[in-house]
Formats: sequence, structure tokens, C-alpha cells
Amino acid sequence: MRCCVCHHVGVSSAPLVVEPDVLPDEITEDVPLAALPWVTIVWNDPVNLMSYVTFVFRNYFGYPKKKAKKLMLEVHNDGKSVVSSGSREEMERDVQAMHEYGLWATMERSE
Amino acid sequence: MTTGFALHRRSRLIIANFSAFEADLLRSLAGQLVELLRDEQARPDESEDPLEALFNSGGLDASEFTGSQVAPDDPVLARLLPNAYPDDPEAAADFRRFTESSLRDSKAGAAEAVITTLADAGLPPIGEERPSDAALMIDVELDLPTAMMWLKSFADMRLALATRLDVAEGDEEFWASLPEEDPRNPAYEIYQWLGYLQETLVEALSR
Repeated sequence: MRCCVCHHVGVSSAPLVVEPDVLPDEITEDVPLAALPWVTIVWNDPVNLMSYVTFVFRNYFGYPKKKAKKLMLEVHNDGKSVVSSGSREEMERDVQAMHEYGLWATMERSE
Repeated sequence: MTTGFALHRRSRLIIANFSAFEADLLRSLAGQLVELLRDEQARPDESEDPLEALFNSGGLDASEFTGSQVAPDDPVLARLLPNAYPDDPEAAADFRRFTESSLRDSKAGAAEAVITTLADAGLPPIGEERPSDAALMIDVELDLPTAMMWLKSFADMRLALATRLDVAEGDEEFWASLPEEDPRNPAYEIYQWLGYLQETLVEALSR
């Protein structure tokens, strides 16, 4: 998978500045780490309603009601839950979407 | 007093009726969100209205408007625009630089949708003479995309109020035991009212 040249760039829509003097095989040094799956984590907060959080997981991720509720309860009871995983780019999209909904989300490399 | 949102089965629109007072309140909260997110110059705060002061961030540096790499100082903005990479400052700065202004736009756009809906439903502009407020009801009809914007904006309004009020997990008893004259009471009541509205909107959207 060589989709991760944008390792440091953030999102796909961002302008991708390629240094002219960087050779392709230098860029690939980043690939093994960047190719690891990433995860989106949603953290508990005292504000968002349980019904709302469940709705967001159903609506945005398309999860069935049961899974959405299970994730919501993890957030509520354990303080956080891994709600999605994938490429770094995908997780940045998910994190931003969660922020648009007002959920407190972060991302990190999956362990 | 509004009974919240309901799905109108035939039209598939989501409907709610607000008193003029309630509609005014929603417009004011949405307007404060827009102002905060668009990072306009803070207005001189001469108002005694505690609501006015609730979201006021007190003027932020203009460099934070777009392409910022640092988390906002204001606690409400920091909560609305969270750090995506808590353990990686460099990645966090990059992420913020490329996404924060679109996140601000999307949140401000949602709040503006609330204001537009209320105006379209007949809420007179601020300061305009009204025949009799008591009789004025604002009936809103939301299609799905507009309802989603209202839903998200309720979340932002609640986060903003809760951050200013310092709402914490499991502190319901504390709020219930506040003396009646405590200045935080009206804001907390609004916070709970918004929660009620959001709950009914989630239900209506789930049907």
C-alpha cells in the first residue's frame, strides 16, 4: 500500500506539497509505520446524551442499533471506546466527523 | 412551552412549535455560537444579561481564525474543536491546520441553519415591534438535512453551556441543590431544556 505519501499532510483535500528533491524510495521509508491500521477513539464526556451518542454511531458509521449501543455503553462505562479503524486518512475523516457531531474523539496507531 | 420535536408522518418532516420566547432564546444561543466560531471581535460587554456573557470568549487572536496549529485558549472553543492527536503535538498541529477552519465553518453553518429556520418560520428580527408576543407561535418544519444541522447545533450549544458552567459527570445533585437565587440556575435550566429538545429530535429522527 503506497497511499500514504500524505503521511504528514492530514487530509486528502489538503494541498499536497511534494519536495522536488525527495526521491520515491526515500518517501517509502515512512510507509511501514504509516500503513499500520489506525483507530478512532471516542471519549466519555458529561454532556452528550446516551441516545444522541448511539444515534451518531448508527447514523455516521451505519452500525446496527445493537453495536452502536454497545459502543456507546463502552464510552459511558469505560470512559472511551474504539469506534472505527482503518487507514490514517480514513481515521482523520472519522475524527473530524465526530468533532462535527460534538463528540470528543482522538486517533492513534492501533496496538 | 414546547413539547419538542415530532415526525410528521405524511410529510416526513420533523416539526416543533416554539413560543416566541423559546424561539428568541434559540436564536440568541445559535447567534452566540456563530460569533464565537467565526471569531469576530468580541463586542463590548455592557450587557447585564448573563446569557450574553455565557459564550463570550473575550476576544481571541486573529491568527487563530484559520489555519491555526494550536488548540484554542478559550475552553469552549477547545471543547468544540478538540485535539485529534493528544500524544503527538506535530500531528495535532498538522491536523488542526488542515481541518479546523472547515470544522468551524460546519459548526457555524449548523447554527446559522437554526437561525434561518426560525426566521423563515416567522420569528421577527431582533428589536422589531411585535403585536403580541403571547400569541406568537413559531412552527418549524425541518427536512432531514436541516434536522441534522439542528441536532448538531444542539450538541454544540450544550457543550458550550456545560463548559462555561463546569458541568461534570454525575453532578445532578449539586445542580438540584443550588439556591434559587444562584445566577447559574437559568443557564443550567437552558442546558437541560436543550437536552430535552435534542432527545426528542433524536427520537423523531429514529422513526
